[in-house]
Amino acid sequence: MSQVNVTINGEQIQAEKGLTILEAARGAGIYIPTLCHHEQLESYGSCRLCVVEIGAGERKKIVASCLYHISEGLVVETETEKINGFRRTILNLLMHRWDNIPAALLEKYAAKSNDRFIDNMTYCILCGLCVRYCHEVKGANVLGFIGRGTIRQVVIFPNQSAKHCATSCPDGMECLNFCPTGVISSQYYGKRPADGQTLPHAHPICINEDINILEVLERVGYV
Amino acid sequence: MSYSLAKVDQIIDGYGADKEALVQILLDIQHEFRWLSRETLLHTADRLGLPMNQLYNVTTFYKHFSLVPQGRHAVSVCVGTACHVRGATRLLDRVAQGFKLSPDETSADEKFSLKTVSCLGCCALGPVMVVDGKYMSNPTSNEIAKVVEECE
Repeated sequence: MSQVNVTINGEQIQAEKGLTILEAARGAGIYIPTLCHHEQLESYGSCRLCVVEIGAGERKKIVASCLYHISEGLVVETETEKINGFRRTILNLLMHRWDNIPAALLEKYAAKSNDRFIDNMTYCILCGLCVRYCHEVKGANVLGFIGRGTIRQVVIFPNQSAKHCATSCPDGMECLNFCPTGVISSQYYGKRPADGQTLPHAHPICINEDINILEVLERVGYV
Repeated sequence: MSYSLAKVDQIIDGYGADKEALVQILLDIQHEFRWLSRETLLHTADRLGLPMNQLYNVTTFYKHFSLVPQGRHAVSVCVGTACHVRGATRLLDRVAQGFKLSPDETSADEKFSLKTVSCLGCCALGPVMVVDGKYMSNPTSNEIAKVVEECE
């Protein structure tokens, strides 16, 4: 494999061609925060915490480092004022869905909660780690997203693949270990909510044989 | 049901059972049956070799897809910004009264479905109602009643 030269935070680094900026930086021991990235899975680019500035002078631009591949002579800055401002904004927004974000992250980027936004503690940041793990590694496709925008959420489809679920993860759901917020291991997992019970917005819902997708969509306010 | 699945197969074959054409296939199926039933989705997933969760992902992402039966005649009222300021709420009231439906409802005999849409690209006509592709600019109660009568 051919090597390319890149400059990250002023440091000359040689890395394999085809790597992403994130992989090259981590390989060189440079820290870039991420929430939706995992070595076992394809890059997804949903949390946007890994944004970095590339190029120089007038041609600078902001890219998600987990998706951008390195090329010869690439100049990367991972901690500029602008980038940290972006990360602060992202964390400010996430705080209204997830109130126990690692304190180190909050401190590093001076994130503060803001009265402008209404708290909606769903503890699901839609990073897709559980869904992608289920699809890419396990091939079980038991978890999936439904809806979009503010109603987008993770649901469980065991009726499609109950046997996949049990055979793929015989020792219990491995996806639980991937959730950065821990919501998927909550008490709601795999249980049908009692009638009239309102679920915290993004808690996964179990769609059993006897539960129709429409019923679920109705419950989440989709149809 | 066997007939309709044959039709679904025909549509899927028309795209060479290519999973890249999923949205187009679903659009065609919906055009044919007016909605996407669970059986149709299961069959499509099977034919394209896609997991069902992906089909639900796509069909709930796009507002155009309907997972509930739709009426034979599609009635849309634009409530976009331009129509709104030109009286879309009053038009919607008239239409709802004329068709005896509330927005996002389908009549029991599956004759009409009333939907609100966000812009139809003809703001100069606003407020606008569309019945089966026929555009009407700010129809009166009488005009709406006439449309109701004309529809089979």
